[in-house]
Amino acid sequence: MTDQAYNFAYLDEDTKRMIRRAILKGLAVPGYQVPFASREMPMPYGWGTGGVQVTAATLRPDDVLKVLDQGADDTTNAVSIRKFFQRTASVATTESTGGATVIQTRHRIPETPLTEDQILVYQVPIPEPMRFLEPRETETRRIHALADYGLMQVRLYEDIARHGEIATSYAYPVEVAGRYVMDPSPIPKFDNPKMSDCPAIQLFGAGREQRIYAVPPYTQVVSLDFDDHPFVASKAEHECAICGSGDSYLDEVITDDAGGRMFVCSDTDYCARRAEGGAA
Amino acid sequence: MIEAKDVAKDFTLHNQGGTVLRVMEGASLHVAPGECVALTGASGSGKSTLMRMIWGNYRTDHGMIRVGDTQVSGAEPRQIIALRRATLGYVSQFLRVVPRVPTLTVVAEPLLALGQPRAQAEARAADLLTRLKIAPNLWGLSPTTFSGGEQQRVNIARGFVHPYPALLLDEPTASLDAANRETVLSLIEEAKARGAAILGIFHDEAARDRLCDRQVDVTGFTPGRAA
Amino acid sequence: MTAFDPQMTGPILSVSGITKRYGARIGCADVSFDLWPGEVMGIVGESGSGKSTLLGCLSGQLEPDAGQVVWRGANGPVDTVTMAEADRRLLGRTEWAFVHQNPRDGLRMGVSAGGNVGERLMATGARDYGRIRDTAEDWLQRVEIDARRIDDRPSQFSGGMQQRLQIARNLVSGPKLAFMDEPTGGLDVSVQARLLDLLRGLVRDMGLSAVLVTHDLAVVRLLADRLMVMKDGRVVESGLTDQVLDDPQHGYTQLLVSSVLQV
Repeated sequence: MTDQAYNFAYLDEDTKRMIRRAILKGLAVPGYQVPFASREMPMPYGWGTGGVQVTAATLRPDDVLKVLDQGADDTTNAVSIRKFFQRTASVATTESTGGATVIQTRHRIPETPLTEDQILVYQVPIPEPMRFLEPRETETRRIHALADYGLMQVRLYEDIARHGEIATSYAYPVEVAGRYVMDPSPIPKFDNPKMSDCPAIQLFGAGREQRIYAVPPYTQVVSLDFDDHPFVASKAEHECAICGSGDSYLDEVITDDAGGRMFVCSDTDYCARRAEGGAA
Repeated sequence: MIEAKDVAKDFTLHNQGGTVLRVMEGASLHVAPGECVALTGASGSGKSTLMRMIWGNYRTDHGMIRVGDTQVSGAEPRQIIALRRATLGYVSQFLRVVPRVPTLTVVAEPLLALGQPRAQAEARAADLLTRLKIAPNLWGLSPTTFSGGEQQRVNIARGFVHPYPALLLDEPTASLDAANRETVLSLIEEAKARGAAILGIFHDEAARDRLCDRQVDVTGFTPGRAA
Repeated sequence: MTAFDPQMTGPILSVSGITKRYGARIGCADVSFDLWPGEVMGIVGESGSGKSTLLGCLSGQLEPDAGQVVWRGANGPVDTVTMAEADRRLLGRTEWAFVHQNPRDGLRMGVSAGGNVGERLMATGARDYGRIRDTAEDWLQRVEIDARRIDDRPSQFSGGMQQRLQIARNLVSGPKLAFMDEPTGGLDVSVQARLLDLLRGLVRDMGLSAVLVTHDLAVVRLLADRLMVMKDGRVVESGLTDQVLDDPQHGYTQLLVSSVLQV
C-alpha cells in the first residue's frame, strides 16, 4: 500500500531527473565518477543511500525489485530497503534473481547470470579506489583525468610485498573499457569477472560521497594485476553444505563454540533454487 | 700550449665604495709543450692571480688567455669545464673535496669524470698513492682527516692521475720531506718528458732550477712598473 | 674524450624570459639560460630571492606569466610551459626528476621503500612484479640503503635515508634532468657529505643534468659546474661556479661570498 504523502519512489521528479542525468553521463563515460547532489534519505549513511537514490531514479511502476545484502534477501538492510520501495513506489518485489528487473545490491553480484532487461544497482561506500593512497581529491581527479594510474598499481605492489600475493579480496580495482580505473564497491573479487561483458546495466551510487558511476552493457571490465601475479577470482575451497555447489561464492558459518563450521552459498536465492532443483 | 697576451686584472670592491683595484697589467707569457716555466716575484706580486686567471676561476677582463684550443678569457662555463676535464690539470696548495669520500676515489675521480672504468681508474690512483708513500690502509679514509703533508701528496696524486697536456702547479713541493719531494720532482719531469706544458710557482729554488726552462717575473706585470 | 660530449649535441634545456608575478610582487623576472647535457647549474640567493619560484616555473609546478622552457628530450624540442598537462606529467616521471628539500614532500610515507621506488616504473607500464622489485633493490643499493629494508616504510628511515630513497625513487626511470630544491637542507653535516658524494657520482655516471637550488655555497662549490646568483627575483650574476665564488663581479655576490665562513 502506497504512502500517498510521498511522490513515486520517495524522491521528487526534479531530483530523479537530476540523478538520471548523472546516470546517463556515467553510462556515456564508463567508470567515470559523476558528482551528483545526493539527498538526505530517511535512513542513515552507510545503509545504502546512494543505491537507494539510483534505484528511486530508475524504478518504473511495472518494475520488479530485488534487494540483496551480502547475497541474502532476508537481512535487515535488504528487508528495509525492499519495504521502503514497496511503500513509496508500490512496486512488486521478488527474491528471485531471474524474476527481477531492478536489483539493488550490497557486496555481491548474484550467481545467476544477469540479462539485458535487468539493471544492477550497487551500494558504494567509498567510490575512489585510490582514497587510502592519495587523500587529496584534487589529485585523484587529476589522476583519473590523465589516466595516470601508476599509483593504483602501487597499491597492488604493496599487497604482494606485504602478503606474498595480492591479498585484496574485495573492492578489487578494475579498469573499465580500457580507460577509467574504478572501485567495484566491496564485492568479493570472486564477482569481478561477472562485471565484464555483462548484458545488464550496472549502476553505482555513493550517497555520502555524492558520486554515481556506471558500466554499460557488454563493457570490458579488467581486474588490475601483475604479469607474474595474475588476478585470481578466488573463493573458499569447499562446496556448499546445503546445495552442494562447487562454484558459487561461499560464506563460512560458525556453528558452535567447538570449532564447528560450515560453508554455504552466499547467494541465498541461488542456493535455494539449487536445493529445490536437486531435490526435484 | 698555454698563452697569455696583454692581460690585465681589476678588482672592483662594490662594498667599499666601488673602489677599483688594478692588480695586473700587460701580462704576457707562453708555455710550449714539454716546457716548464716558473712564475717568480715577491709574495703578493700576482703569481697566484695569473695562475687563477689561466685556471679560469678569476675572470680575465682585458687581454687574452688560451690553453690548447680553448680561449679561456670569455669562455662559456662548459668550455672551461671541458678544458679542466681533459686538458688542464691544477695542483693547488689546498685540497678541496667532499668530506667522507675515500682517498682512492678522490684520486681516481678525474679519470672517472673522463668515463674510465672504475677498476682501471682506481688501479692508476693506487699506483700514484704508492709512489707518494700514502699507506694503503689510509686509502679507504677521507683525506680531510690527513696531515698537511699527506693532503698535499693526495692533491698531487689527483693532479697527476690523468696525463693532462697542460699543468698548473702551485708550490707542489711545499711541506714535503726529501723523499717525497724527490718523487714529486720525478713526476713533474715525467710529465715534461711526455710533452706537458707546465706553469708553476716554486718557492723551492733548487726544484725550480732543476725543472724549469725559463722564469717569468710577474713583478713586471705590476701596474705602474710595466709602463 | 669524455663519455658524453656536450659540445656535440647542444643545450638540453633552453630557458628564455621566465617571469612570474604574485600580484604586484615579482617572483622572478626575465630569467634566461641554456643548460647543456651533463651540466649541473646551481641557483643561489637568500630566502625570497626568487630561486624557488624559478625552480617551480622550470619544473612545471608553477605556471610562469611569461617565457619559455624548451626541453629537448627523446621526442624533440617542446615548450614545457605550453605543453599539455598529461605530457608534462609523463615528462615528470620519465625524463625529469624532482628532489624536494623535505623527503616527505617527495615520498609516499605510507608506501614501502620498494613501492616508492617502483611507482615510476609502474606508472609507465611495468607490470612484472618480480622485475620491478629487482630494479627497486638495485636502486636501494645504489643509494646505499640495505636492500633488506625494501618492505619498510620511509617513516622507519632516518632523514638521510629518506632523502636517498627520494633520490632513488626519482632516478629509477633514468631521467636526463633533475630539479633539486635544497636537497641537503635539513640534514646533519656528515649526512650531507655522504649525500653530496652520492649525487656527484650519480650525476657523473648517468650523465645527468641538474638545476640545483640552495643557499649553501659549499654545496654548489662541490656539486655545481655553473652558478646563477639571484636577488629580488632577478639574476645578478652567473658563470662558472668557482669564478663566481672566487672572483665575484656583482656587489651582491661579493657580499654573499664574504658573508659566509670559508667555502
